[in-house]
Amino acid sequence: MSCVESDTTQIPWAADEVSRVPYRVYADVQLHRQELDRFFYRGHWCYVGLEAEVPQPGNFKRTRIGERSVILVRNNDGTLHVVENHCAHRGVQFCQANFGSVRSFICPYHQWNYDLTGNLTGLPFRRGVRRGGVVQGGLPADFRLEEHGLTKLKVASRNGVVFASFDHATESLAQYLGADVLGYFDRVFDGRALTVLGYSRQRIPGNWKLMQENIKDPYHPGLLHTWFVTFGLWRADQEAKMVMDARGRHACMISRRNAGGAASVTEGVSSFKESMKLRDPRVLDVVSEPWWGGPTVVMTTIFPSLIVQQQVNSLSTRQIIPHGENAFDFVWTHFGFADDTPEMTRRRLRQANLFGPAGYVSADDGEVIEMAQAGMRQDPHGATVSQLDGRDVRNTEHMVTETLIRGLYRYYREVMQL
Amino acid sequence: MSSPQLLLTLEVQALYAQYSACLDEGRFADWPQFFTEECIYKLIPRENHDGGLPLATLSFESRGMLEDRVFSITETLFHAPYYQRHIVGGVRLLEVEPDGVVLAEANYLVIRTKRSEASEIFNAGRYVDRIVREEGRLRFRERLCIFDSELIPNSIIYPI
Repeated sequence: MSCVESDTTQIPWAADEVSRVPYRVYADVQLHRQELDRFFYRGHWCYVGLEAEVPQPGNFKRTRIGERSVILVRNNDGTLHVVENHCAHRGVQFCQANFGSVRSFICPYHQWNYDLTGNLTGLPFRRGVRRGGVVQGGLPADFRLEEHGLTKLKVASRNGVVFASFDHATESLAQYLGADVLGYFDRVFDGRALTVLGYSRQRIPGNWKLMQENIKDPYHPGLLHTWFVTFGLWRADQEAKMVMDARGRHACMISRRNAGGAASVTEGVSSFKESMKLRDPRVLDVVSEPWWGGPTVVMTTIFPSLIVQQQVNSLSTRQIIPHGENAFDFVWTHFGFADDTPEMTRRRLRQANLFGPAGYVSADDGEVIEMAQAGMRQDPHGATVSQLDGRDVRNTEHMVTETLIRGLYRYYREVMQL
Repeated sequence: MSSPQLLLTLEVQALYAQYSACLDEGRFADWPQFFTEECIYKLIPRENHDGGLPLATLSFESRGMLEDRVFSITETLFHAPYYQRHIVGGVRLLEVEPDGVVLAEANYLVIRTKRSEASEIFNAGRYVDRIVREEGRLRFRERLCIFDSELIPNSIIYPI
């Protein structure tokens, strides 16, 4: 019996083809390792959290970038740092709490001690142990503490949202996002203090890219999600814009809700329920907020690890954390603003019933991603078809399109050299 | 334990058993009747509960919202079907308030069985309940399902 890892160069994929993606791209262990290296560990910014999660010096949050455990921590001088969660001595993942507060990091195994920026500050028996006038053991005289710190990541915080990169040569966050996407990012995160409302965590048995594609796909919400089409929150007859950065990796789906109800776009749509009325409509008690500036929904994908959700009054960051090629963890952080009234906070929490692992318009995204992964794994010769609105990549003024998915794969092929 | 206490304990245990049977048999339309008209039903990650964070995975405030959930389970939420099996144990009566509201807790375990798959532990947690007597039966005025499970295995469609 032999176990052969596939050779990525053998994936058949016509040159410049971005409207069809071979199923193997979603289910190949070797490709997955390359994706981690090229997208999560090199040249990209990954989401690690909100500043509001570590408000005080010493506060830390444990999270992951790709499949590597990292710690976001606020130093005594107030600066933010991200270090990798393994001791320089024996590799121990010394931090096991999700959140906490510390004065320094101490590995339990041999008590190597690091300051909050990741510098090794001390370790037991460095100079040996004196016994009977003789010094026994100790580290070599040329051992230098400064050469054995924790892995330190590059950190960028913009208006309270923190990103990190293992690659210190990564371009600035503003350059990385590009002016258009940055504008929509700043629309939500304009510097107002944020309040964390809580977390949802799920493990979805599908390739991580499928979640990026789900939020680059304006085609499905008005078809899969009854609540969106019936109550007019997202459907094909709304005003909409699809906006990408120049390289096609990040995108915003921008729209404005309409009154819902029957129309030509609901004809033959099985998920449309004309007679559906909520017994308790407080879940959809939408109040327009001045900062929206027109759109009622902007869904932003920041490649590779983050989705920023503003759908009416519900706000969340959704972090994508790969877990092998066939699964990813999906962490939702719902938030509001520090100056929200208690009524607005209650409204955001009620509307959160639409989102997350049990949400009216999100639980079924996880379900279909699981089913897509299962279908892709069973047929290594298959390929997706994403040709709605053409085979090219361009911004659009409507939502009847799969252009954002094509943009993603143009970028993917460029970086993966596939 | 006095006789009235013993009787109440048995009644609460019977309520829990009926609630489990309702969900495990897929009789979702009957589920809202276990609650008072004004009620609280929350499915809460333990980390949010312990951390004082208000977000719940599901958060309903009336029987109407529960009925809306039932409609969505049966009519709008696309999902792979599964069986549920609730195992409820360690029922504890904590207090009976002067107005008769019963405070009770229990541990629960929900096993999920998807078609063609082996059974798996789906959700583990504890119920924190406020129970009242109404129309000759016990109903939940408030039911918090506080779950330990740090990762939900994809999605939760049916009530816990």
